[in-house]
Amino acid sequence: MTLIKTTYGRRSFLKVSALAGGGMVIGFSWLASCKPKVDDVAKMPDEWFEINGFLKIGDNGMITIMSPNPEIGQNVKTSMPMIIAEELDADWKDVIVEQAPLNTAVFTRQLAGGSQSIRQSWDGLRMAGAGARYMLVQAAAKTWNVPAEEITTAAGVLSHEASGQTAGYGEMAAAAVSIPVPEELELKEFKDFKIIRTSRKNVDAKNIVTGKPLFGLDYKKEGMLIAMTVHPPAFGMKLKSVEDTEARQMPGIKDVMVINTYEEGTPRRWCDVDSFPELVVVIGNSTWEVLQAKKALNIEWEPFEAYEYEVYGWSEENTSKHKVPSGLESTSDHLMRMKEAAGKTANVVRKDGDPEKAFKNADQIIESVYTAPFLAHNTLEPMNFFADVTDEKAELVGPIQTPEYMEKSVSDRIGLPLDKIDIQMTRQGGGFGRRLYGHFLVEAAVISQKVKAPVKLIYTREDDMSFGIYRPAYYVTYRAALDKDKNLIGFHVKSGGIPEAALFANRYPAGAVENYLAESWTQSSNISVGAWRAPSSNFIAGAEQSFLDEVAEAAGKDPIDFRLELFEKAMKNPVGERNDYDAERYAGVLKMVKEKSGWNSNSAGLHRGVAAYYCHNSYVANVLDIEMKGDKPVIKKVYCTVDCGIVVNPIAATNMMEGGTVDGIGHAMYSQMTFKDGVPQQNNFDKYRLIRHNEAPKEIEVHFVDSDVHPTGLGEPPLPPVMGALANALYKATGKRFYHQPFMYNGSEMPS
Amino acid sequence: MASFTLHVNGKTHQVDVDPSTPILWVLRDHLNLVGTKYGCGIAQCGACTIHVEGSAVRSCQLPVSAVSSQKITTIEGLSEQADHPVQKAWLEHDVPQCGYCQAGQIMSAASLLNNNPNPSDQEIEDTMSGNICRCGTYFRIKAAIKSASNSQEA
Ligand code: FES
Ligand code: FES
Repeated sequence: MTLIKTTYGRRSFLKVSALAGGGMVIGFSWLASCKPKVDDVAKMPDEWFEINGFLKIGDNGMITIMSPNPEIGQNVKTSMPMIIAEELDADWKDVIVEQAPLNTAVFTRQLAGGSQSIRQSWDGLRMAGAGARYMLVQAAAKTWNVPAEEITTAAGVLSHEASGQTAGYGEMAAAAVSIPVPEELELKEFKDFKIIRTSRKNVDAKNIVTGKPLFGLDYKKEGMLIAMTVHPPAFGMKLKSVEDTEARQMPGIKDVMVINTYEEGTPRRWCDVDSFPELVVVIGNSTWEVLQAKKALNIEWEPFEAYEYEVYGWSEENTSKHKVPSGLESTSDHLMRMKEAAGKTANVVRKDGDPEKAFKNADQIIESVYTAPFLAHNTLEPMNFFADVTDEKAELVGPIQTPEYMEKSVSDRIGLPLDKIDIQMTRQGGGFGRRLYGHFLVEAAVISQKVKAPVKLIYTREDDMSFGIYRPAYYVTYRAALDKDKNLIGFHVKSGGIPEAALFANRYPAGAVENYLAESWTQSSNISVGAWRAPSSNFIAGAEQSFLDEVAEAAGKDPIDFRLELFEKAMKNPVGERNDYDAERYAGVLKMVKEKSGWNSNSAGLHRGVAAYYCHNSYVANVLDIEMKGDKPVIKKVYCTVDCGIVVNPIAATNMMEGGTVDGIGHAMYSQMTFKDGVPQQNNFDKYRLIRHNEAPKEIEVHFVDSDVHPTGLGEPPLPPVMGALANALYKATGKRFYHQPFMYNGSEMPS
Repeated sequence: MASFTLHVNGKTHQVDVDPSTPILWVLRDHLNLVGTKYGCGIAQCGACTIHVEGSAVRSCQLPVSAVSSQKITTIEGLSEQADHPVQKAWLEHDVPQCGYCQAGQIMSAASLLNNNPNPSDQEIEDTMSGNICRCGTYFRIKAAIKSASNSQEA
């Protein structure tokens, strides 16, 4: 029997109510936004009873479950409620899911990031379901005057076998509301799961395929105006002057103004990254009218001087200084600067044994440099937010991954207390890290406050792509030392980037090599960067897994066997103490992909590459098969094996694996953001290449490790390793190593 | 400003807009039909795909003045109850991730099957390559189109 404490962290979670007063009738926004079928309406209860902050039960047995975390396409809006429904012993067909608003009194960590939604909510969600089930059982015991232990539940029905009594959850909901929750609750054994580990389709799918207003960009309110911004054309520039006479006179235009998103002297938070805090804003009646007026503005820009601002640390107690250098940067200079910096001394992050000696005594040294460019996020739904700010309150609606942090930033900026700010999360047309940084939400609030009207702020694709918080540009040097028997005796990684480096010094192959050195260096920049799907891993996985292929080849070993030998060493006789991975699970996915792909038997006519990687608490391995059509590589198939603990919703987890695989291949192959004199050179999809349908793998086969380990996330882990598997397969197909992303520009040559 | 009569999803609407306004923004801002999405505005991503006289077109590059006498169908008008074969196949295969591109994908797929009820893999890939999915759901999109094509055959 598994017991769980109901006081969890700093609060007792199941006592707080999400809504004023229990047992009230609640109107459904989804009914308003969809044309309901007659039987959908008939299914609605007359009365809802709120059991705890996560769920309410209708008198007819319908159950509404609140999904606390932002939905950015990772499908938590289905999988999180599944975990609650499991412990509640509900019938999934009776469940309606609603997106919860930001509510820090009820929910913890309403954030989408780091692939942590499921992992960090697992216990809390189970508790919410188990708590509600407990209350229903107690209510039935009282009503029927029988011992609670004798009552069983299944699919939304309570039964007492001895007396032959049964009741649906709806019949006991009213009585359950007032039952107190004990300090400890019993959870189900994993073997008894009926909903978790079964495939449940996306709860929003029907609304998506019929075009219902689900996204931030779709949100509307009576009297709402449209706002768009103009930001400097180059990083390193700021506003000098605006001439707006013509724009103001254009049809439908209400106002043109300059705003400061973050006021000087006020500290920002980590998620307040913003290269262009001063913006010109055009406000009008309709999108097209505002777009036309934007073009009629006459704006002068000027280079800025270096500056700095204060940023709160995570605890928000102390601040540190963030420095922004002046200058108009270009990709060609970046490459020169990185090459130079890579030759200089760097910070030693980890050192085991005596790497210098190992390299001196080596029989053979393999050395390679890998690079990757800046990347834009390019969520298909561009940045946008709705704001209605009055003297009394602020209502904010839209797509954001960090509502809890951004609420504080808005509060600081517009001078309203937190309890007067309401943030509603819409479905989000992709996140990938971009919507962790919510300057657009603050912009919308400031604009609404100034025009005294509800406003929807919309970025065009060009605004979105050229106002990026990009993935940094990376440069890594790898060296490996082999002795005369071809044993790996030394490993050196020196990782750098602009303005951040990608390095996990305590991850594989650390721990598996006697003499190991990990170093890092950085070069400053005024181009803003931030988390991009699988931060750091989105580069280092591909580089490391390609380099290990080179080393395996030099050692004359099969690439899978070579990796497995290293895992063997890390399991039996690990080097160092801070190793941050489980070598057994790591080796497990690699062995599984070897078997599933028929590595040794199944490769006639195919060029195969392999990779395995661990990040965000999950393990993934790939085998990728290429067939050459003339001089064109065609990706025939990708095998993915995954260990993410318990798989909550297999159909959705498989979808994430497929999508992440395509996304990883696409970015390694085609995508880059380059700069000339501070100007982003790609500002729409004619110049910025994203992978398209005909370039995706023809087949993707996904296998999950059967596991009873607590579930971990899948938003990010599928993306990194496939970049390495692709590079390794391309090598087999072309005889050339691909060192520089994106590969489509002949990635064997350093770009200039 | 000029007045236009539009035929959208079997209904007639009167709008008073600038003749250069792309039909995308007329649908979204003036007719409250927000199922058609904005992704790029330059006919590169396919998020804004609608049917004009039954053929798939990118609504972001199509001025209202060019379509005022023609029959327009948007995702909202594809079926009454999500029961168009393509929508059904999308549900069956659980295609969407974030979902933002999917209205455009579905409109492109529906038009493809309308013109070519039994497309080859190559034909599916060629037609669907005008629709970007940042979430990478291409694999499922293809599977869904294939099963919709089989179901239409039956
Ligand atoms: S918005 Fe029309 S094709 Fe992208
Ligand atoms: S499902 Fe997200 S862009 Fe296609």
